[in-house]
Amino acid sequence: MADYLSLFIKAVFIENLALAFFLGMCTFLAVSKKISTAIGLGVAVMVVQAITVPANNFIYHKLLKEDALVWMGIEGVDLSFLALLSCIGVIAALVQILEMVLDKFFPALYHALGVFLPLITVNCAILGGSLFMIERDYTFNESVVYGLGSGFGWALAITVMAGVREKLKYSNIPKGLEGLGITFITAGLMSLGFMAFSGIQL
Amino acid sequence: MSARDILDSIEPYFTKGGKFERYYGLYEMVDTFIYTPSEVTRGKTHVRDGNDLKRTMTFVVIATFFCILMAMYNSGYQANLAMEALGLDETGSWRDSIMSFFGHNPANPISCLVYGALFFLPIYIVTLAVGGIWEVLFATVRGHEINEGFLVSSMLYTLIMPPDIPLWQVALGISFGIVIGKEVFGGTGKNFLNPALTGRAFLFFAYPASISGDSVWVGVDGFTAATPLGLAASGGLDAVYAADYGWFQTFFGFMPGSIGETSTLAIFIGAAFLLYTRVASYRIMGGVLAGMVLMSLTFNLIGSDSNPMFALPWYWHLTLGGFAFGMVYMATDPVSAAMTDTGRWIFGMLIGVMVVLIRVVNPAFPEGMMLSILFANMFAPIIDYFVVQANIRRRIKRHA
Repeated sequence: MADYLSLFIKAVFIENLALAFFLGMCTFLAVSKKISTAIGLGVAVMVVQAITVPANNFIYHKLLKEDALVWMGIEGVDLSFLALLSCIGVIAALVQILEMVLDKFFPALYHALGVFLPLITVNCAILGGSLFMIERDYTFNESVVYGLGSGFGWALAITVMAGVREKLKYSNIPKGLEGLGITFITAGLMSLGFMAFSGIQL
Repeated sequence: MSARDILDSIEPYFTKGGKFERYYGLYEMVDTFIYTPSEVTRGKTHVRDGNDLKRTMTFVVIATFFCILMAMYNSGYQANLAMEALGLDETGSWRDSIMSFFGHNPANPISCLVYGALFFLPIYIVTLAVGGIWEVLFATVRGHEINEGFLVSSMLYTLIMPPDIPLWQVALGISFGIVIGKEVFGGTGKNFLNPALTGRAFLFFAYPASISGDSVWVGVDGFTAATPLGLAASGGLDAVYAADYGWFQTFFGFMPGSIGETSTLAIFIGAAFLLYTRVASYRIMGGVLAGMVLMSLTFNLIGSDSNPMFALPWYWHLTLGGFAFGMVYMATDPVSAAMTDTGRWIFGMLIGVMVVLIRVVNPAFPEGMMLSILFANMFAPIIDYFVVQANIRRRIKRHA
């Protein structure tokens, strides 16, 4: 249990996808103007991440890894070169399915997430999460925790970013830096603050 | 002819349409530094007090008075002690020419004070000069006013520098703090991080060798003296006692450290002044203290066999390192802190919890005050947002 807790904390703070690895930057910068939408997107990323990382983990361990096909009676096959491809496919497919399921059974949530759900398909934080999972050889349980944690960390980062940007509305930013320029500087300064966690060994 | 008449006579040059219209910021700075502005609020207002930015900022600078005094005395005292321990009479630096009149004697207060001033003043002058250039440049180009906020930032920035830091790094740090931390957002009141801490954090990550470790806290080359907090991080309280530091000694501030952060007593005098004049928020200070006490008690309870910092009691956390200084002068920065009353408690608690967390579980940094305040600064707007939302929901419920 303690292992899972420390993996969660590591995924949220120490290895924050947005502010330590700078993944998912396009959505991070583009959809952080309002706090309420940022929270919506953050929740969507968290949900998708918590589903795709374990799903990819399952596929990787049962189909792609070296000798993973032993359960089918096939030995000596290593399909791990397909990992990147299958991750992308799985994410795209899962997001589509998720969208349909939400539309059918949870229309309120579906409308709240709106355009962000399909947008997430191309969010590199999602793909990054799955690839990290493969690289670090997480077990299935670990991948569930990691998916939740990294998604939550990204959601936290974009919410905080939106808070700061709402505050910056009252600032007097030089013409040339308005918009994306100051947002990049803000993201940099925020990751300076997140460096408080760098170096923690869990 | 008084200064007022001179200022009045040249004023037309600087107002709109005048010859030096661009430099109005400079004129305005000189004018309001010397005289109280004559503008008053017209019409019906809800003003409870004639407080303004000028008074707020000036009060903070006044509140640092004892810190500055202790900064000079303690830096000199520590350096003199180190020289006595090494058996040196001179250091081979430019300071020798002045110190030859006073001698290096840790028992002599004058010698300590003057020697400390020779560490404090160069850093302060460089900070003022370089930061001042940036301020004037931005104010002139962007047409806003230069205000006393810079005096506060530069003073606080100076007080959190180690005595031995190279002056070019001081210049670089304050440049980063003022330009990236403040001016790109539009100047005083528009930034979201504390400018002084932003500058220091920049130096901390860019030049860790001259702002962390064991050899930078005493202004004598080649002399290693760990701060008591560093000792505690490596060996727990036993190591602090073994190096002959008592709690009261750390409370009064006779230990190596950043120039102005060592004396908890001097900081508390400043805190009393700030609280009495209501410049600083008691909620933030209370929150930081409460968060720190709670978190360190928790760690005391958990305990650890391998990490001695778990056992450090809260009253040691209070006096060691930059905790007190950060709590009183940095966390209470009205611009980068939370704005709502409840939010201030939460904001303070976040700092208090984070600082103990970093000190105890992060082996990379023995001190966590700077980073935890920057971290909490980021969260301040979102804390305010949720407090406001909760308030809206409560009122809707009440009036529904």
